[in-house]
Amino acid sequence: MRTQRAAWWFVAPALIVLGVFFFLPVLAALVMSLTDFDLYALDNFDNLRWIGFENYARLLREPLFWKALGNTLYFVALGVPTSIGVSLGAALLVNSKVARFRGLFRTVYFAPVVTTLVAVAVVWRYIFHTRYGFLNYGLAQLGVDPIDWMGNPHWAMPAIVILAVWKNFGYNMIILLAALQNIPDDLYEAARIDGASGWQQFRHVTLPGIAPVLLLVSILTMTGYFQLFAEPYVMTEGGPLQATYSVLYFMFEEGFKWWSLGRASAVAFLLFILMFLVTVVQLRLGRERSDA
Amino acid sequence: MTRTPRTLMVNAALVVGAVLVAFPLLWMVSVSFMPTGAASTYPPPLLPAHPTLDNYRELFAKHAAGRYMFNSALVATLATLISLVFNTLAGYAFAKLRFRGRERIFRSLLGALVIPSQVAMIPLFALVKELGLVSTYGGVIVPAMASVFGIFLIRQYALSLPDELLEAARIDGASELRIFWSLVVPLIRPILVTLAILTFLATWNDFMWPLIVLTDAKLHTLPVALAGLSREHVQDNELMMSGAVITVLPVLLLFLGLQRYYIAGILAGSVKG
Amino acid sequence: MVNRRQTMLALAAFAAAPLSCSRRSHGANTVRFWAVGREGEYAVDLLQDFLRERPDIEVDVQKLPWTAAHEKLLTAYAGDTLPDLCSLGNTWIPEFHALNALAPLDAFASQSRDITLDDYFPGILDSNRVAGALYGVPWYVDTRLLYYRRDILQKAGFNAPPTTWAEWEQMLGAIKAMVGHDRYSVLLPLNEFEPLLVLSLQQPSDLLRDNGRYGNFRSADFHRTLEFYASMFRRDWAPKMTNTQISNVWDEFGRGMFSFYISGPWNIAEFKKRMPPELRDAWMTAPMPGPDGPGASSAGGASLVIFAGSQSKPATWAVMEYLSRSPVQQRFYELSGNMPPRRSTWQSSTLASSPYAKAFLTQLDRVRSPPKVPEWERIAQEMRLTAERVVQGVATVDAACTALDRKTDEILEKRRWMMDQDRHT
Repeated sequence: MRTQRAAWWFVAPALIVLGVFFFLPVLAALVMSLTDFDLYALDNFDNLRWIGFENYARLLREPLFWKALGNTLYFVALGVPTSIGVSLGAALLVNSKVARFRGLFRTVYFAPVVTTLVAVAVVWRYIFHTRYGFLNYGLAQLGVDPIDWMGNPHWAMPAIVILAVWKNFGYNMIILLAALQNIPDDLYEAARIDGASGWQQFRHVTLPGIAPVLLLVSILTMTGYFQLFAEPYVMTEGGPLQATYSVLYFMFEEGFKWWSLGRASAVAFLLFILMFLVTVVQLRLGRERSDA
Repeated sequence: MTRTPRTLMVNAALVVGAVLVAFPLLWMVSVSFMPTGAASTYPPPLLPAHPTLDNYRELFAKHAAGRYMFNSALVATLATLISLVFNTLAGYAFAKLRFRGRERIFRSLLGALVIPSQVAMIPLFALVKELGLVSTYGGVIVPAMASVFGIFLIRQYALSLPDELLEAARIDGASELRIFWSLVVPLIRPILVTLAILTFLATWNDFMWPLIVLTDAKLHTLPVALAGLSREHVQDNELMMSGAVITVLPVLLLFLGLQRYYIAGILAGSVKG
Repeated sequence: MVNRRQTMLALAAFAAAPLSCSRRSHGANTVRFWAVGREGEYAVDLLQDFLRERPDIEVDVQKLPWTAAHEKLLTAYAGDTLPDLCSLGNTWIPEFHALNALAPLDAFASQSRDITLDDYFPGILDSNRVAGALYGVPWYVDTRLLYYRRDILQKAGFNAPPTTWAEWEQMLGAIKAMVGHDRYSVLLPLNEFEPLLVLSLQQPSDLLRDNGRYGNFRSADFHRTLEFYASMFRRDWAPKMTNTQISNVWDEFGRGMFSFYISGPWNIAEFKKRMPPELRDAWMTAPMPGPDGPGASSAGGASLVIFAGSQSKPATWAVMEYLSRSPVQQRFYELSGNMPPRRSTWQSSTLASSPYAKAFLTQLDRVRSPPKVPEWERIAQEMRLTAERVVQGVATVDAACTALDRKTDEILEKRRWMMDQDRHT
């Protein structure tokens, strides 16, 4: 009994903070999304109208919302496999028996993860510069014409993917590294004795060994990438031609630039629903695959 | 004999990778020492021909960089200290103290991890305004005083503490608080260090919420100030780079010094039991 | 053991302290001044004498960058942290007025010795009035003018700047033919809405109709403007770039990458500073050419406003009066290159003799305000996006105008509702 009372005292501060500053606002956002809360309403509450699901209906009719959604999905579809591929590749390299100075490489590959996104976005914006940027300079050495990374609507999102992958691959690499190291060596020995090639070993020993972790890492990465905001905000202001206008950027502009708070809350909830569905689907697919 | 080409290839790949990854950061430092306009030439320069500290001088003299560094340091430190206390108390309780509804509450907390924080931002702003915390350090620190991830991390670690030890102390008549302070905290010190580093880094790098809530420029943290500077002084790239350096350097150094703990934390938080 | 607990409590108390105290309590004699743009850097300088004259008043100046000013001001409004004094863009006055955020200034102005309203350019002063009442005192005026490379124009065979669109087109074509593929005749950054806005204000039709209830972008006049604007890109006279993609506008102007540039008065000082010495006399300013003759331009600029929630209105007004005095305005011009809003300052200062400023004086008599609706900022943004879409070939002019009109009607829906309910002010 005494333990019970003490326990409540222990969890109270954290629960109160989380309750008041997270769960309560989330509920409030749901309610707000059913009104047309805007600047006029901020001035005088009488100017508020209850409009039910009208915000959601208007959003689903709004071409800009679909553009933002499309951009975000494009970013996720391009970015997640690339990021995980690079992470896995790096993990395999660092884990290799013949690799030297493993600690050093692991540190270098991980460094971008701890850097401030705004700061590196500023640096990369300059690396992507059409005339004076290093990326085009390097491409020119390989005989490729300069690409207008920040100005061409077709290349702006890939540019952001490059930045996102560079920044994040180290994180997943660490996790995959740990998973790789958990695969017992005898499995590889057995496969080698059976005459399996390197590729076959990878397919039949490595991949199944890290499958659950791979799934976890994909879900984490995907969840993070759906929340694309800071890179477009610093580098492209959502452009060019709104090619990098993400769902969260849309929410930010609706909410904190134009102060259509009701509409912005609706956007946030639509994003949440989308992320939730995608996560559930991924988990189900993952479970089916491991059952198979 | 087949070993050597493979060794060569793998290590060469590692080196090339390392150069590609480190290049943006090294170049950032290099440009920060270049005079204005020197980086806007073709071919782009690798090293400054006439290195200068002018950008840093301008950053601190004209653009109040010192103040922004102070703001970032203050906010990150306070948020880390307070959240460490709250999260550790809660995490330990969820692991080792039996109370009604413990599992149910913990599972609902985990559900919160799926909700993106931006959903809460708009009403949170309204709430923070009612509390009079807009444009104060509190506006940034108070919502960060507890986190589900932090509680989860502590709980994971605390689960492995031996129950007999705690029971013995209870039988001896020690209060829960005493057990926590004298017995548990020393045992979980590694994860405390880890969580402190993780929280400090996250708060230092946080951008969206401070951007919204700190309307007074005097209170801006480094990422917010840098974003403002970069949108306004679009033409002064060398100045931008020096701003980026002072934003990134502290956390990079912190990481380099304490990477053992940081990486251990990521692994502990990601590999579910 | 005891020492640790004491340290912990002390630490906790210390930690709690900065949480809420970060806004000093503002007395009736403290004036918080948010100065937008580079002007903030000069404001501190200008106010030195004022602080000596009125040692009882304390002024706290904060700089706000233009790119974030609108957001920050609205956030401050929502968060109840607006300052006392602000140099507000005059096109935002209707918006803040609709929010009841501005204090009316007629009473102050009628009793003032330093501020005589007839001395101000009428078009500019008008942009500070909403429903007849005065809400801002112009601090500096802004409009858009042509900056051009005289030497390149001469080489192309023209000795005077254009006065009509047709003449301008001729010059643009000739220059492009001369400079070739990698260079251009005019720079119209895709992330600026002012060039298109200026061109559309030159047309007789309004941009909104029915007292700002609906958009009027379907009009033939606006079609013509958008077509004219888009043609400059189609004919490769203007590069399809934003101003962030041009590494350095002043350097590129000096390198002849473009010969015409639509910009504001602050660039007089900047170009003077940054152009290489051999090109010192190679550039000049000119009033905007219009569809059928010399054209109008935007009535821009910043006004000093007092926010309604200020606790130190009289002190704030004293600061405003000081900044509006002719000699102080003259000094402001010398520091920043910003044009004064008072005719007397123009006549008495070095401005009267500046060749670059002459074009501005002419233009200031031909300025027009954009529609005075609170939603204007948002509509201007839509205009820019529409223009970008047409320039990049994603939409035709017709489709773009229709879409812009529809979007504008949507944006104005709440305003219509409020007007119908008779709630608007």
